[in-house]
Amino acid sequence: MTDHKSAPVVTLLDAAKHFGPVRALDGVSLAVKPGDCIGLVGHNGAGKSTLVNLINGGLSPSSGEIRFSDGTAALEAGVRSVFQELSLCPNLTVAENLRISHKALKGPGWRRPARVEILQSLDRIFPAHGIDPNAEVDTLSIAERQMVEIAIGFAPRGTAARLVILDEPTSSLDAGIADQLLAHIKRFCADGGAVVFISHMMGEVFEVANRIIVLKDGRIVAERATADFTRQGLVDAMGHVTAETADAEGIRQDLGPEIVRTDQGLSARKGEIVGLSGLAGHGQAAALARLYLSRSSSWRYGRTPDVAFVAGDRPRDGVLPLWSILRNISISALRQGARRGLVDRHAEADVAAQWKDRIGIRTDDVRNQILSLSGGNQQKVLFARALASPASVVIMDDPMRGVDVGTKQDVYAMIRAEAARGRTFLWYSTETEEVCQCDRVFVFRNHEISAELTGADITEENILAASFELQEAS
Amino acid sequence: MTVLTKPWIWSCVAAAVAYALILGLTSGRGAGELAYAALSFGAFAAIVGLGQMLVITLGPGNVDLSVPATMTLAATLALKAMGTDPGTAMLGLVIALFVGFGVGIANYALIYFLRLPPIIATLAASLVYQSLAIWSNRGLRIKPPSGLADFATGRFLGLPNVAWVGLFLAIVVWVVLERSVWGRWLLATGQNMRAARLAGVPVELVRALTYISVAVFSALTGYLLASFSGGAALNMGAEYLLMSIAVVVVGGSSIAGGNSNVPGVWGAALFMFLVVSMLNSYGAGAGVRNVLTGTIIIGIVIAASTRRVRA
Repeated sequence: MTDHKSAPVVTLLDAAKHFGPVRALDGVSLAVKPGDCIGLVGHNGAGKSTLVNLINGGLSPSSGEIRFSDGTAALEAGVRSVFQELSLCPNLTVAENLRISHKALKGPGWRRPARVEILQSLDRIFPAHGIDPNAEVDTLSIAERQMVEIAIGFAPRGTAARLVILDEPTSSLDAGIADQLLAHIKRFCADGGAVVFISHMMGEVFEVANRIIVLKDGRIVAERATADFTRQGLVDAMGHVTAETADAEGIRQDLGPEIVRTDQGLSARKGEIVGLSGLAGHGQAAALARLYLSRSSSWRYGRTPDVAFVAGDRPRDGVLPLWSILRNISISALRQGARRGLVDRHAEADVAAQWKDRIGIRTDDVRNQILSLSGGNQQKVLFARALASPASVVIMDDPMRGVDVGTKQDVYAMIRAEAARGRTFLWYSTETEEVCQCDRVFVFRNHEISAELTGADITEENILAASFELQEAS
Repeated sequence: MTVLTKPWIWSCVAAAVAYALILGLTSGRGAGELAYAALSFGAFAAIVGLGQMLVITLGPGNVDLSVPATMTLAATLALKAMGTDPGTAMLGLVIALFVGFGVGIANYALIYFLRLPPIIATLAASLVYQSLAIWSNRGLRIKPPSGLADFATGRFLGLPNVAWVGLFLAIVVWVVLERSVWGRWLLATGQNMRAARLAGVPVELVRALTYISVAVFSALTGYLLASFSGGAALNMGAEYLLMSIAVVVVGGSSIAGGNSNVPGVWGAALFMFLVVSMLNSYGAGAGVRNVLTGTIIIGIVIAASTRRVRA
């Protein structure tokens, strides 16, 4: 047979996965060899997560075949995955979380080697990370948790990682940390490891991948070396026509009176899009949650809510898991059209159908369960919930995690249109590109506002400078 | 979506099976009387069960264990105020409902201000309510006014009056849960309180009104039961602690919250009465009866949960 070193780590032959009538993956053939770094792109619901779950053994194929070079199981073959939905146990320490997937650690005193191994892995990928392996995971920020998860994915764990699948690994990381990860992926592949890298951030895919696979509706529609793709070509292959962003809009001068002001100094005017930026976990999300809670009540309610919230942490802050898409969209707007306290169900259905089309929720019927949707489509439902409510201020806590490029462009346009009609947006994002779409940006550092940028001053350099200044001084 | 996929169908089927088994033993004699008795006694369990269902819908950890004490206190104070005088039934009803309202506010105040888990708050508070009931009439049994007693034991169109009350309340609760804004808010709060709050639901108001509702339902049941059985007794509510929770669970509502099931409560209330009758008519003693009742409840809960996992 072929040489062990160059034999594919995993080979898929016409693998398909159906969930009832839904063809999540419709016949995919693929070989991942050592040294490969494959960028996997596609829209929400294109089948990326299903493909990952077939490769790592989380699902078994409905038809077709999956072969591993060593042994028959994904785990024996050294296949690891890091998910975008965080999957650490929050009540355990960082080192204890390593043990869950490292069966060789046992006997008295197993925590010591666990601490050493996770610390080595963290140091290798994220130098100067500052994470204590004895810290319990729920004391870490969402970015730190993602770093720990990545470090566990690359840790030797008794054998060696041969193929690491990274599903949206950078969506909650800031630019500096993401660069460290990309550098590590390049080193790992140069040393003969393989990586499958899923991201909606095109720049990262082009930087790190040597081959790009485009998935669309459960099939591979393009597979070429990275050098053969252009950005526009890649977006076209994904099948979504994106209008060039109109950067030269100029600064809008027709803003209304100031309608938001907090003790921290955060302020917004009517019709303004205000961005919150800075390194992840520096108090932006907490500031927004405080603002929302102070402008709404657990006791009183009015016909028209003052503020609406779009959650980034969907399971914790957003999704009502037992309900249909319809009910998830309408919950914030129920008081409109309600007569004598009863829900107007025709109006409710109309609103949901209208938003399904406007924001492109991929479902046959809005009466389907919300959990039948992929992560990105659930996020669209949360957007629809906030935009369907008549609130004049919309607060968004990193709402684009896991949303594909085409939808992002649509949502940007929708936000601009709503702002022009007099709604105010407060928008925290870990992606500088998004923040640069705002009229005004507050940069956070150590739970305080370190800079307020407007107009032409909103640049990546200025934001980064304001994010790091104090850390250098201290 | 056939009728078989509705979780409430199972408690109704179980009630029908128990009914058929009893009639098999008596070879069909007394069918009407048995159904009448089941509707009368089932109505009390159904009304407290509806209240308990609302609280359990609020999510894990939410339950009202003060149901028996609330029933006793409301019945005792109402009957004492009426003092067997004719024409005081309305006064007694208002007093009972007022007691329920006060108990609900007290329970929720303990949960909200002292941040006690609802199980502990309502259990501890129920000792106070029970003591108040003892202190207020020193165990004297006061008869209800005769008009009220006639109403509680009477019938209308062949069905017991208390069953009409229970059916009416079931329809009200069903409309509230399925059609009203408030019901949506309750169901949302039970699924994920933080997400509901961030979606603009006034979650604390919803919780407060729910705890008040269960106490008012308990108080009403106490008032009706005392009128039905010829006076308030200090232990009159005892069996309704387990009963109120059992009818919710057997009726197909989710213990994890956010999901509730009104017809199932009625089916389960009839079933619980019929199981006891069935064991009686087969000549089982009190001990065997309790063991079997407990076993049946556990069996149904296991069956219901495994079915849901497979679905």
